[in-house]
Amino acid sequence: MPIKLFSRRSFLTSGVAAIGLAALLPLPAFALTEAGARRLIDTVVGEINRVIASGQSEAAMIASFEQIFARYADVPVMARYALGADARRLSQSQMRAFTQAFQGYISRKYGRRFREFIGAQIVVNSARPIKSGYEIKGTAKLRGEAPFEVTFLVSDRSGRDLFFNLFIEGVNMLLTERTEIGALLDQRGGNIDQLIADLPRAG
Amino acid sequence: MSLKSRPYRIAGTLGLVALVSACSVPDSNYANSGEVFDPYEDANRSVHRFNLAVDSALFRPASRGYTTIVPDPIEDSFNHFSQNLSEPRDTVNFLLQGRVKEAGISLARFLVNSTIGFAGLADPATEFGIPATSTDFGETLYVWGVDEGAYVELPIFGPSTQRDAVGRVVDFFTNPLGYNDKIDDEYITVYANVVENLSDRGRYTDTIDSILYESADSYAVARVIYLQNRRFKLEGAAGDSYVDPYDDPYAATDPYADPYEDPYAD
Repeated sequence: MPIKLFSRRSFLTSGVAAIGLAALLPLPAFALTEAGARRLIDTVVGEINRVIASGQSEAAMIASFEQIFARYADVPVMARYALGADARRLSQSQMRAFTQAFQGYISRKYGRRFREFIGAQIVVNSARPIKSGYEIKGTAKLRGEAPFEVTFLVSDRSGRDLFFNLFIEGVNMLLTERTEIGALLDQRGGNIDQLIADLPRAG
Repeated sequence: MSLKSRPYRIAGTLGLVALVSACSVPDSNYANSGEVFDPYEDANRSVHRFNLAVDSALFRPASRGYTTIVPDPIEDSFNHFSQNLSEPRDTVNFLLQGRVKEAGISLARFLVNSTIGFAGLADPATEFGIPATSTDFGETLYVWGVDEGAYVELPIFGPSTQRDAVGRVVDFFTNPLGYNDKIDDEYITVYANVVENLSDRGRYTDTIDSILYESADSYAVARVIYLQNRRFKLEGAAGDSYVDPYDDPYAATDPYADPYEDPYAD
């Protein structure tokens, strides 16, 4: 599977520049560099492509996606955002249980969609700093389709470089999931324990 | 249709635009936000139920049949044909938006594809490096500063806004290759459009099904996806909507609403 990694030279220059800056200004804010954010997204894209190309069964692929998601995404922060204001009334153990259920739900829901990306090439085009990290913009090229824009948001606020949101042609994954999770919660009269129990069957 | 009546029709539809745009309410610049203005939600939900019924009874099975039976290359050709018929409309709209370069591109595409592209069945323009562009009168209204208005779900056509609904009507009546123009006594443009929509519904069937039939609230999910994507197309294309979203004083409408603010603060 041809995945175009960003060029070695630009990686070296930005890497060297980042190290130089870090030496001059040894601030924690520089822990996440543009090169680091790009590298994270390249890794994620590479691993996803590898799973898609592996030809495993759908169940096995979804399990692999869940591992990738758990490893490279800031799942706790995403789960909390998807829950919205309701997150405030959860106990710690409820939040943990919800986060775990959310992780499986997202992996199943989007893992099934990735089949449509077989043969796709995602090229990282640009990176720019945003408030809580970096915005990495890329283009996805599918066979026989017009290319479309994919944007990842990366942050190190959790202590590690992780992505925390994804936009496809402007459609914000977290916001869309907040709508869906909110509707699931409404259906259950706001009963969060019921939602946690049912989420493993949703998606 | 006689050419003589067209100016009147255009004038009439422009009058309609002025009328409808006057009643749209909230202020613009939702750039990349998920803000929803939906005062007609009850009526919209009724339309949504109707659309779901039409989709599951007719459109979905027809589209599945179409994409399964018709070989992919032929399906691609039909889609090129339909897209080519919309290029004159794009040219007019780009001109109205003052985007002369894009107007030239869509015109060039139309000329190339209509001639050496076998009446639009092939797409040599893309291979020559003239990339596909597309626009509509809804975008022209956006460029002219008309507010988005309320969210509306149209029967058959699905999610839209007041502004885009007006755009659809205007495009319908002012397309130089009009939907109401007969070619050899047939409404070719209408057929081509229906076939293209069938193809899209069929090819993306899993994704569309997951929104329409697997969501807890398919109306709300379709609404949030449509609004985000449409605003991305209009405002993202304008180029300045992404500038420093965090400076936005309306924190609630911040597209990158900072999920980090809460959890790691304490």
